[in-house]
This record gives sequence, structure tokens and C-alpha cells, in this order.
Amino acid sequence: MEQQKPIIELKNMSKTFYGKNGEVHALDGIDLTIYEGEIFGIIGMSGAGKSTLVRCINFLEKPTGGEVVVAGQTMGSLSEKQLNEARRKMGMIFQQFNLLMQRTALKNVCFPMEIAGVPKAQAESRAKELLELVGLSERADAYPAQLSGGQKQRVAIARALATNPQVLLCDEATSALDPDTTRGVLALLKEINKKLGITIVIITHEMSVIEEICTRVAIIDESRIAEVGLTEDVFTSPQSAIGRRLVYPEDHTVQHFGGSRCCRIVFDGRSSFEPVIANMVLECRAPVNILFADTKNIDGQAFGQIIVQLPEDELTAKRMLVYLKEHGIKAEEVAEHAV
Amino acid sequence: MLFSAQNLTMFGVGILETLYMTLVSTLMAYVIGLPLGLALVLTDKDGIRPKTAVNKILGAVVNILRSIPFLILLVMVMPLTRAIVGTTLGSTAVIVPLVIAAGPFIARMVESSIKEVDRGVIEAAQSMGASTMQIVWKVMLPEAMPSLVVGAAISVTTILGYSAMSGIVGGGGLGNIAITYGYNRNEQDIMLVAVILLVLIVQVLQEVGMRLSKRKDKRIS
Repeated sequence: MEQQKPIIELKNMSKTFYGKNGEVHALDGIDLTIYEGEIFGIIGMSGAGKSTLVRCINFLEKPTGGEVVVAGQTMGSLSEKQLNEARRKMGMIFQQFNLLMQRTALKNVCFPMEIAGVPKAQAESRAKELLELVGLSERADAYPAQLSGGQKQRVAIARALATNPQVLLCDEATSALDPDTTRGVLALLKEINKKLGITIVIITHEMSVIEEICTRVAIIDESRIAEVGLTEDVFTSPQSAIGRRLVYPEDHTVQHFGGSRCCRIVFDGRSSFEPVIANMVLECRAPVNILFADTKNIDGQAFGQIIVQLPEDELTAKRMLVYLKEHGIKAEEVAEHAV
Repeated sequence: MLFSAQNLTMFGVGILETLYMTLVSTLMAYVIGLPLGLALVLTDKDGIRPKTAVNKILGAVVNILRSIPFLILLVMVMPLTRAIVGTTLGSTAVIVPLVIAAGPFIARMVESSIKEVDRGVIEAAQSMGASTMQIVWKVMLPEAMPSLVVGAAISVTTILGYSAMSGIVGGGGLGNIAITYGYNRNEQDIMLVAVILLVLIVQVLQEVGMRLSKRKDKRIS
């Protein structure tokens, strides 16, 4: 990473809800540092607390313990007025877009500037620029009801950028969109990150979103952070149980084949142009059974893994493992349940 | 003669008095009901300014006033009416009980309209650093406008109905004509004309409200 200047720091942060059914610990002892200019992903199953986490960053939810520091400001120490000022430096987009239905696209983009007291003419010309940036200038006078989901999210992105924020928080921003539209929106976010240098925090339950654009990722499970790391590292060798579950969603079908020896072959970009399995089979003159294969393109490199069932013959199996090792390919024998 | 010049004048004055009572009362009731309705939404436990105690007290006051039948309220507030207007007779005097009855009614109408505004949109405004007042003026009221207009149409026709009831205690307008001629003198034809006129006014007001709401609503393209 080129820059290592922290922009968002969560220090031992926790959030407990007090409801009718007693206390709910939505977040517990969260320590997380997000650096300037990165695209940081936060992934977890639904109910893991990720939406609460992102809301704690801009204090839509007030944490019940610990500290939140954004751009050097401790959020908890701010007065209401200062908090509103601080929020203007953070844009946010949502799963359901949350556009004002009675305003045109242009007026929606003007909205945060109205709130910040930007003169109307100035706000409108900036709103036009932003709609241009998100590729919707010809839909400026359309109402949200006349726009498609992807277009609505683009308007929402333009709106979130209106006050020149340092951070863009995305709460399941692509979950209501189809795969094609999702790709378009993610490409736009990536472009914005590159062009404007805005730090982007993405909350999602979809691993594909993380692979597509995130430089680093935190996996959150049961109110805690299970693991944090570079996306490629987490993908190639997830350390936590929840990480493995997210990376190999087909887990249960693999277990079905359990019993004999299995081997997980990891592709980390370097070996992607080499027919690894085929070469190994030719070399060892024994077939393998491919149980699971999932290779993906992350940032122009191929990543993923293949799980193969090794031959019954002990010696051949060993030779295959040695072959892989000699060729610098990460491979590990996996127990029936640990896949 | 049913449509004698004298009767026509009487109906004309009746229409004007009814409209005067209804519209002035509605306007004044909104001055009370709109902020009250907003306060009910804001101070709700899920609102953006949760204040449970205030919310409970406001809610109770609204419910008590709403549960008093209008005819009884009309009589109950007579001392207040006399103190404010100087008399308890005529159209102007009726405005006092009308406002007291309609204010809480409108508060509930406003409350339900504002509650229709998507919580997510309000959250988005909060994420942009909008103050409570900015959320009220720039999000809640404009986003709820079509629903508020429908609510206003319902309110105005309800108040018109109340105003007709006031004929019994000497209020003015078409209600008074219907009661004076139809009930006291048993002149059924005059009562019928007064009632038809009331129905027509309600129809027109309701229709205008609905059309206005539809034209304002940008959710349907």
C-alpha cells in the first residue's frame, strides 16, 4: 500500500442495544484501522453486526464503548453541531438508495449542499458535474421513480460526493442490484477512488464484491472481527472458520466426498498460466478427482482454489504433493471436514 | 317558493358562511395540528428526537380531545368562546370549538402522513449532517406532501361536517339552515337543498384535494 495514513480508527469499540429481550451485543471490542485512499471491505453473514459497524463510523449509531476517530477527530467528543460538520466529510450510500422521491436527480444531488448552505447556483453547477461523473447527466430532471436501480444508486453516489467527502461509506450498496448493474456500480466506485482519492468502506455479504474492488478486507462474525488482511491473502488462505466458510461457500457439497485424502491447491496469481493439474496428472500417471474448483480474477490476476481427491495409492498421492511443492504451488492436504 | 330571491340569498349566505367557518377553522387548526403532529413523530421512541414523556403527554391530550363528541365539546367550550369572540352565536363563534376539535384530529393526520416517509431517507439526511429542523423542512414535509394534501382534504371535509352540526346551537351556515327549516319548522324541501349543497361542497373539496395530491406526487411517473 502506498499510503499508510489512518483515516478511520475504531478502538475497542462496542455497541450494545438494550431492548425488550434484554441486552444485545451487536458489536464487541472492535479494533480496526482504515487507511487513507484504500477500498476497505467489511464482510459478514447477515446479523453479524456489519451494518451497525458502518453506522458507528458516522455516529448514526452511537457506540456504547470505545472510540471512533475519523480524520483525527474523536467522534464521541463532538457537539451536535460539530458532529453534523464531521458527517459532511463522510458520504454514505445505502442498499435501498434512499433518494428523496419528490426531488429530481439533480435536486437530490443538490440536497446535501443545501444542508451545508452552499449557494443554489453553485450547488446546481456542481450537481451537474457530479451527474456527469456518474454518467447520468441526461437524466438530471428525472425523478427517482423514473430511474432504474443502478441509475438510482449512481444518483446516490453523486449525492454522497457532493460535499467533497474524504470517506464514502457503502452499506450493502449493491445488494439490491443485479450482477451486471453491480459490476457497473463497483467499477464506478473504483474509478472514484482512483480519481478523487476517496477512502471507500464497503459493507457487504457478497464475497464477489470484496474480490472485485477491495484492497483489504475485515471479516466480521458474531459481533467481533474474525480476521483482517489483504484481500488476496484472505482469499488464498483464510485463517478463521468464518473466513473459510465465506471463501468456500460450497463447503457442504465437498464434505459429501469426505473419507479419502483430499488436497487443496491454491492459485495465487503466479501459477495461473500453467496447466497445473494436467501436468501433475501426466507426471504422476494417475488421475485425480476434482471436487471443487473456484478460480477468480482479482485485480487482473487469477486467484482461487481447486480441491482434488488424491489417488488411493499412498505413494502416488505423496508424489503429487511433492510435485506441487516443487513447482511452488501452495497445496495442502485437507481433512474431510476442514475443507 | 323554494327558489325565491329571499331563499336564494339565504342559501348564498349559507354557502359563504359554511366556507368561511370551514376554511378559517381548518387553517387555524393546522397552525396547532401541524406542529403537534410533527412533535408526535419527532418525540416518538423511534423518532429522531425521542422523548418518551413528552410524547406520552402530547398523545394523551390529543386522545382526550379527540374522544369528546363534537356536539358536547361545542357546549363545553362556550365560556371560552364567549371570552374570545364575545358571543356564542353565529359563524365566527363556532370557529373556536371547531379549532379545538380539529387541531388534534389534524395532528393525527399529520402524524400518520409524516410516518409514511421512509426511515432510510431520513437516515440518509442525517448521514449528510442535516439538523432536526432541516430534516423537518427539507425531508419530512416535502416527502410527505402528497399524503399531507390528502389528509388536508379529509380534514377540511370533516370540519365542514362539524360546522354543520353547530347549527344546533346557533352557529351559521348551511347546517343552521337545514336545522332551522328542516327540523324546527319542518320545511323539508329547504333542508334537502341545504344538504345537497353540503354534499356538493364536500365533493368539490375532496376532488380538488385528491387532484392536487396526485399532481404533487412524483413517485408515480
